Amino acid sequence: MPDKKIRVLIAKPGLDGHDRGAKVVARALRDDGMEVIYTGLRQTPQMIAEAALQEDVDVVGLSILSGAHNALVPSILEKLRENGQDDVFVFLGGIIPESDIPGLLALGVTKVYGPGTDTRVVCQDIRAALAKRA
Amino acid sequence: MTEFSVEALRKGDKLALSRVLSRVEADDESGRAALDALFAFTGKAHKIGVTGAPGAGKSSLVNALAQHLRRAYADCRVAIIAVDPTSPFSGGAILGDRVRMPDLQNDPFVFIRSMATRGALGGLANTTLALSQVFDAAGYDYVLIETVGAGQAEVDIVNLAHTTIVVDTPGMGDDIQAIKAGILEIADILVVNKADLPGADQTFRNLVSMIEMGYRGASRVYSGHHRQAETLEAQPVEHEGWLPPVLKTSAINAQGIEDLEQAVQKHRAYLRASGAWHAKETGAIRQSLNKLVIEELSANWKKKLPAGLYETILQSVIKREISPRAAARALLAYNSE
Repeated sequence: MPDKKIRVLIAKPGLDGHDRGAKVVARALRDDGMEVIYTGLRQTPQMIAEAALQEDVDVVGLSILSGAHNALVPSILEKLRENGQDDVFVFLGGIIPESDIPGLLALGVTKVYGPGTDTRVVCQDIRAALAKRA
Repeated sequence: MTEFSVEALRKGDKLALSRVLSRVEADDESGRAALDALFAFTGKAHKIGVTGAPGAGKSSLVNALAQHLRRAYADCRVAIIAVDPTSPFSGGAILGDRVRMPDLQNDPFVFIRSMATRGALGGLANTTLALSQVFDAAGYDYVLIETVGAGQAEVDIVNLAHTTIVVDTPGMGDDIQAIKAGILEIADILVVNKADLPGADQTFRNLVSMIEMGYRGASRVYSGHHRQAETLEAQPVEHEGWLPPVLKTSAINAQGIEDLEQAVQKHRAYLRASGAWHAKETGAIRQSLNKLVIEELSANWKKKLPAGLYETILQSVIKREISPRAAARALLAYNSE
């Protein structure tokens, strides 16, 4: 029997159009053996939560470079919970000021990554988070 | 848990549906139990396969077709299964078909599920059929199945779909490519997508002449018959009942999509009227039953063997005392007792 595949949704909420970082992470997760669903640019929180629901993912990875994280992230977390997916881990990457990170973690974000993060660390963190759940 | 999920799924609970899809995809005991429970509710959905080379525009075409179906039939529910390849090296996958389907993501009557091939080679995953059955049982009227970017031999979709759409594009090769065996042969509907690009008319003509050639070839089979002239006269190309239409579309400009949808409905009506629907269902169920019998046999054949017998027989084969096939028969003899 095949081992349980880790499924990850990589999403770009909001209006910034720079998805290089999201694609680099998607590629790194793929090379680590995960199934990565990539949704493309300019997703609303509603669209991201719906995609996470339809794809039954274990992890949602958000890439936000626009500065709108304090508006977008709570809304996405709330919609995931409304859909019954409160067991999904949410990881955030992008340009996030240090001072905002504790608030985001308190809301339920598992990890926040800035520029220069080693993608191997992201893979390890995802596996560690899921191992704890199981 | 499974019983509850199946009931919730039948009532339209999307989380339940999504979780059942995962269990079925994992092909574990709970997934198999769910499929068993759901099978009685299947057989209603029209399954439409969309296949073609990487970059031909399959996802965009699925996006446009699903949107059109939703506009044309207000209450219809559309499921999409989008298959992308698993890396043979890492076992991971990028499932990127949703990127081409932004128009569908706010429609509560559309459910898109991406899946990786997980090592299967025919253009689909091993559990794609099972996932389509789950959507069928969940009350989806149309299940659109997008294969991986297919080359010439990834033709598994034909055993799954009621209507197979093969997507070609301008510049993909000459008329020799068009008469090769394989993917073009399985089309119920042929589409030249990106018809706004130069060369579309040439591709269109190549495909049309390929279709006509194929149908003349089919007629020639009957030429040994003593009433050959009459047969050819009385049963022209329509003898097989369905002449695959060739259509031009430009999916990202939503051009030609209405004609495509009409062609799908015509094919569906043809399948119903001619009995081909029943024949297809019978063939598909026969194939999956045979596959499951073999699966069950291969999972269980060792269970009834006396301890050590396998090693004894293996040694006899190594010493050339019996042949491998005789050994296999000797081993299986225990299974039938």
